[in-house]
Amino acid sequence: MVREVAESCVDSLLIEMVSSYADRFYATKPDLAARRIEAIGYQVGHQLSERGRLGCTDTVTDTRTGLGILGELGQWIMGYTMERPRFSDHLEAIKFICKDFWSEIFKKQIDNLKTNHRGTFVLQDNRFRWLSHISIDSSPESPGVSQDGSEATVENKAAQAASMHLYFPCGIIRGALTNLGIPCAVSADISNLPACKCLF
Amino acid sequence: MPAVAPRSGEAIFASAERINSELFTLTYGAIVRQLLTDLEEVDEVNKQLDQMGYNIGLRLIDEFLAKSNVSRCVDFKETAEVIAKVGFKMFLGVSATVTNWDAEGTTCSLVLEDNPLVDFVELPDTCQGLHYCNVLNGVVRGALEMVSMKTEVTWVRDMLHGDDAYELQVKLLKQIPEEYPYKDDE
Repeated sequence: MVREVAESCVDSLLIEMVSSYADRFYATKPDLAARRIEAIGYQVGHQLSERGRLGCTDTVTDTRTGLGILGELGQWIMGYTMERPRFSDHLEAIKFICKDFWSEIFKKQIDNLKTNHRGTFVLQDNRFRWLSHISIDSSPESPGVSQDGSEATVENKAAQAASMHLYFPCGIIRGALTNLGIPCAVSADISNLPACKCLF
Repeated sequence: MPAVAPRSGEAIFASAERINSELFTLTYGAIVRQLLTDLEEVDEVNKQLDQMGYNIGLRLIDEFLAKSNVSRCVDFKETAEVIAKVGFKMFLGVSATVTNWDAEGTTCSLVLEDNPLVDFVELPDTCQGLHYCNVLNGVVRGALEMVSMKTEVTWVRDMLHGDDAYELQVKLLKQIPEEYPYKDDE
């Protein structure tokens, strides 16, 4: 049987990890904090895809499903070592990230996938789980009255605080894709909380 | 009559939003590894894990009280039982047992035979002084402090160091009386 913990364990741990790095260890160096948080995510993504046990939550009743998925993931990795045609594999791997991988971690699939067919993919999640619980401490005075400048700063700060929480999931995706044979850079964009776009 | 406190967190755990523990375990492992790289000293890592746990405990107590329906415990003995049977179970999905009470009833041990934090974990020789699960100390200490109990929490046994179970010793230092009346209206 697959072992489970309450989701709030993961939430609490992530919130505390981000605040430890961003507010305590590297309070004056946000770049360094971001890099460390991303590195933690990278390790997790790498190991998650390596363990090859993703998507096996339902194996309790049907062990064959689990084997199927294990086999499938094994093929993914083997496929890359055997150097299949690059492009189709990239797309397949991205689809795997959008569906199985994303559902396993966030309990939903990616809402929208776009690509320019030159190696850039945009994944959009309109209700990103790890941002939906975050409240941002911005104390807007009456927006109509406040000067444009100050309003922008408040928004800026809010975006900065939220973006600290995105380095971890970006790291996870980069770790997983790298392990599937696709070295890449992953960045995230939040224009509309709690929606989130990942670019790579 | 106040509602009777649940004797087990089983039902709360079953109804909570749950997630495959692998993500939790691997994330915690990655954090510990990164801390070891960044802070270099094992003692400092122990300290920071405890601090992180403490901060988590300060917040987690709210969720615990809201979901568990536990009313005021009559004494520290009941508190320890509630932590072991309800608290651990509703978050980590495993219960602890309470043993080794001292004569005064202020020190006891929480024993965990199963611990999701350490699945797939092995300590390298260079980390022998590491209390890998130190975050748990902090959580217990932080949560109890929010309900007016100052405690000291230390490891007695650790399976990663070759023991047969995880044993956390919880020592009640003092109970801080709540101050009434609260001055809400000022």
